[in-house]
Amino acid sequence: MSGTPPTALNEQAVPVEAAIAETPQVGLLHSPAIRKPATIIGIAILGLFLLVAIFAPLLEPYDPNAKTGAVFAPPSPAHWLGTDDSGADMLSLVIAGSRVSLIVGFAAALVAMVIGGAVGLFSGFYGGKIDGLLMRITDYFLVIPDIPLMIVIAALFGRRLGNIIIIIGIIYWTSTARLIRAQVKSVRERTYVRRGRAIGAKNSRLIWRHVLPQVGPLLIANTVLTVALAIFAETYITFLGLGDPSLISWGKLIENAFRGDAILNQAWWAIVPPGVCVTLVILACTMLGQSMEDALNPRLRVGHLSVRRFRLRTLEER
Amino acid sequence: MSAPLLQVEDLHVWFEQVARPDLHAVQGVDFELNQGDRLGLVGESGCGKTTAVLALMGLLPPNASVAGRILFRGEDLLAGGEETARSHRWTDVAMVFQGAMNAFNPVRRIVEQITEPMELHGQAEGKAAKQRAGELLELVGISAQQGDRYPHEFSGGMRQRAAIAMALACDPKVLLADEPTTALDVMIQAQVLQLLVELTTELGLALVLVTHDLPVVAQVCTRAAVMYAGRIAEAGPMEVLFHTPRHPYTRLLFAATPDLYGEEAVLSIPGAPPRLDQDIIGCPFAPRCDVSFEECRVITPRMLSVGNDHLASCHLNDSSVRTA
Amino acid sequence: MSVPERGSTDQEDPQAPLLEVRDLVTYYPISRGIVGALARRPKLAAHAVEGVSFTVAEGEMLALVGESGCGKTTTAETAMRLIEPTSGTIRFRGRNITKLAPSQMRPLRRRMQIIYQDPYDSLDPRFRVRQTVEEPLLVHQLGSSSERRDRVARAMERAGLAPADLFLERYPHELSGGQRQRVAIAAALVLEPELLVADEPVSMLDVSVRAGILSLLDGLRRTGLGILMITHDLSTASHFADRIAVMYLGRIVEQGLAHDVVQDPQHPYTKALISVVPKRDPRDRTEPQILTGETPNPVRVPSGCRFHPRCPAAFDRCPRDDPVELLPAGEDGHGAACWLLSDRPHLAHRGA
Repeated sequence: MSGTPPTALNEQAVPVEAAIAETPQVGLLHSPAIRKPATIIGIAILGLFLLVAIFAPLLEPYDPNAKTGAVFAPPSPAHWLGTDDSGADMLSLVIAGSRVSLIVGFAAALVAMVIGGAVGLFSGFYGGKIDGLLMRITDYFLVIPDIPLMIVIAALFGRRLGNIIIIIGIIYWTSTARLIRAQVKSVRERTYVRRGRAIGAKNSRLIWRHVLPQVGPLLIANTVLTVALAIFAETYITFLGLGDPSLISWGKLIENAFRGDAILNQAWWAIVPPGVCVTLVILACTMLGQSMEDALNPRLRVGHLSVRRFRLRTLEER
Repeated sequence: MSAPLLQVEDLHVWFEQVARPDLHAVQGVDFELNQGDRLGLVGESGCGKTTAVLALMGLLPPNASVAGRILFRGEDLLAGGEETARSHRWTDVAMVFQGAMNAFNPVRRIVEQITEPMELHGQAEGKAAKQRAGELLELVGISAQQGDRYPHEFSGGMRQRAAIAMALACDPKVLLADEPTTALDVMIQAQVLQLLVELTTELGLALVLVTHDLPVVAQVCTRAAVMYAGRIAEAGPMEVLFHTPRHPYTRLLFAATPDLYGEEAVLSIPGAPPRLDQDIIGCPFAPRCDVSFEECRVITPRMLSVGNDHLASCHLNDSSVRTA
Repeated sequence: MSVPERGSTDQEDPQAPLLEVRDLVTYYPISRGIVGALARRPKLAAHAVEGVSFTVAEGEMLALVGESGCGKTTTAETAMRLIEPTSGTIRFRGRNITKLAPSQMRPLRRRMQIIYQDPYDSLDPRFRVRQTVEEPLLVHQLGSSSERRDRVARAMERAGLAPADLFLERYPHELSGGQRQRVAIAAALVLEPELLVADEPVSMLDVSVRAGILSLLDGLRRTGLGILMITHDLSTASHFADRIAVMYLGRIVEQGLAHDVVQDPQHPYTKALISVVPKRDPRDRTEPQILTGETPNPVRVPSGCRFHPRCPAAFDRCPRDDPVELLPAGEDGHGAACWLLSDRPHLAHRGA
């Protein structure tokens, strides 16, 4: 070999443009999991409900608060989903209810994400006493029973929308914190973070430029799953009568139907549609969130458990 | 001369890839193994050596397809698909995997993990199985009482030896070892390699040692096959490969390996291996070869005999190709 | 051997070696837990580094060689103050940096850089090559945007990534292992350090690529960089390093010129290590001297000479007295910490 040391260009016989991609591109958007049916269905359903919520006033056939039909009238061409115990159109009520349910769901999940993300981040990155303290706090919040807490807060601070959002956020941030903490601990030990520290970068820089971008997608995936939980929480909070009485939400509709003896009157259309909506949204969020988490966690490959091993091929097939 | 224990003929393996053509990981590999042989399968990452031995065990993932013949004592292991492969797996051909020392079930005792294959293949049960497991542990240099411990109580070297004992559970005739000492310290590596050599002589095993580490192969194996881009570049007795290589890659690979006492400069090989999901025209090593000529980029070299039990696929050995 | 007093340890001494480490000790305390504390179990520590002394001069490559658990990585990271030493002194160009505060260390960090073992994890997968190599400049707020561009290009060319334009906008996953390691080297070089610590720089790379990286490091050494290379591979060390220090269980057991240590090892451990390193030539079947057992846990260090339980040449003094390393007299000295040598002073103080 000649005197000049071989350069990196020599190391690549193929032009760099057609470089060998040794490891697959990291990140959410490039993962094959994105193309799975679960993801697409999840996005489709969520998208549909989001559109309904946004354009609710335009889509409602009737004023949801007004009596526009007979009490507990069954579904008919005039009222596709029948009417409730006060004669209001169920379809309009369900459409109107989507707004509050989805707002509470997303807002509460956002609160949980911010608190849980911050706690997990600082706990995982700094470790030591800070970690110990924050994890003890997390444990306390995990232990608090959610329904009595809701009742107490509703009693003390009133049944307003803001309070509901905060309550749900406070209940659900803990699992996010745990997840993010574990992830941050692992990212902190990655070689490029250690290298950053060796260069002399301050912690704030390491967190902002290296740890957070790596943890961000997981946080978002987890938040999507939290949305499902939050919507469900809103539904049963309101069902229990702790919700804001002036707002229509799916939980409220079910509560009203219950109070108004819908079952006695065999008015299934007053209970089932809001329930179905809640179920669909939770399902969509779960499917989407889980496929996002799967995409970010490639170790969940289970190909080796498949029954079929390899395929035989004759040489002419090539 | 008795029939060879294991005969691999024209083995090909393809992997299906997402949104890309199939990856042709193994491109026509032939070799033979007799009782007591120690064959080294050498090459760098991506050359197909691990895939080839996984094919011997029938342990390829579902997106793999295989062609060729793998004859164990004359019987084709591939022809019957998974059923045939399973009937020979572990009882005739066993494997010590890469990172086997980390592949133990952490919640079960070591001895249980050695008796498990015996019970699965109906070779021994209960007390007899435990007895035999104890004997195997002693064979690999671990006292039988230690078998009652859990994997985390063993050091890395001991776990690797326990993995070898596990591979020997059903008394196989062929042992495939994939990078058995890569993660081990050099002293422990020496212990494990010495063990593998002893096993081949005492038990009459045939050993296929897959590694990227040339000196290890030089010390342990009697013969070796050097793989590049899914094909065998050169195969023959170890001494011949070192002293009279007939393929530039073999020569350069030795030159790129620092030797403890050697005074010559250590070389690097410029370039990188070709992509295996595209058709390769000509010799796969040509772009990186220091003695290539025009025909190398156009005509695929044939595997030719260049000596006693010595084969190489390089145009330099092929008088019909060279222009004056 | 006493260290001559220097005038002021706050200033640098142009005569002093680049890096000087004396009697470095690093213990990792092991938590007893509440149960342990209540049961008054003794406080244990892992004696990762126990009294290590060496120097690295400008333009010199010292290889720290040893098996896993011998403390070589801990030694190097402690020398760079990435881990806090339990005791001992570290001098950079004569200046005592052992107890400097983080804010005082920060400007020094520009002058000593580290390259890690794993090229596949060394680079942030979300950063382009340009961003990775530029980051150290941003951390230390050096230069304007165009000055940084120039320095990045120069560092990349020094690392063999030429022409730089071809690589600047690439992501790590588009590069091979060898190229990624060069990017890590470029990121280390962009600050123009004086000392480079390379922790197993090629052990995760293919054989055909290793020599390229090692030659690069050798070339950098010739331009005046001092390099501390950590490796488990004696063959690599013997080819590329000027001096070798062999470590066992937290101590340097032998130190000297690479050629001397490999051709004429003095310490039984070194001799055993050399005998088990596989040789390329199949005909070279030297009888390997395989030691029994494994390296003991650094928490329970054997008494006396820590190697005595496995040493084939141990005698009655060995379990009793701990051999202090017989330091080489002068730069080219070759010494080993072994009682077998104490009666033969001419071997202990060989060299100029």
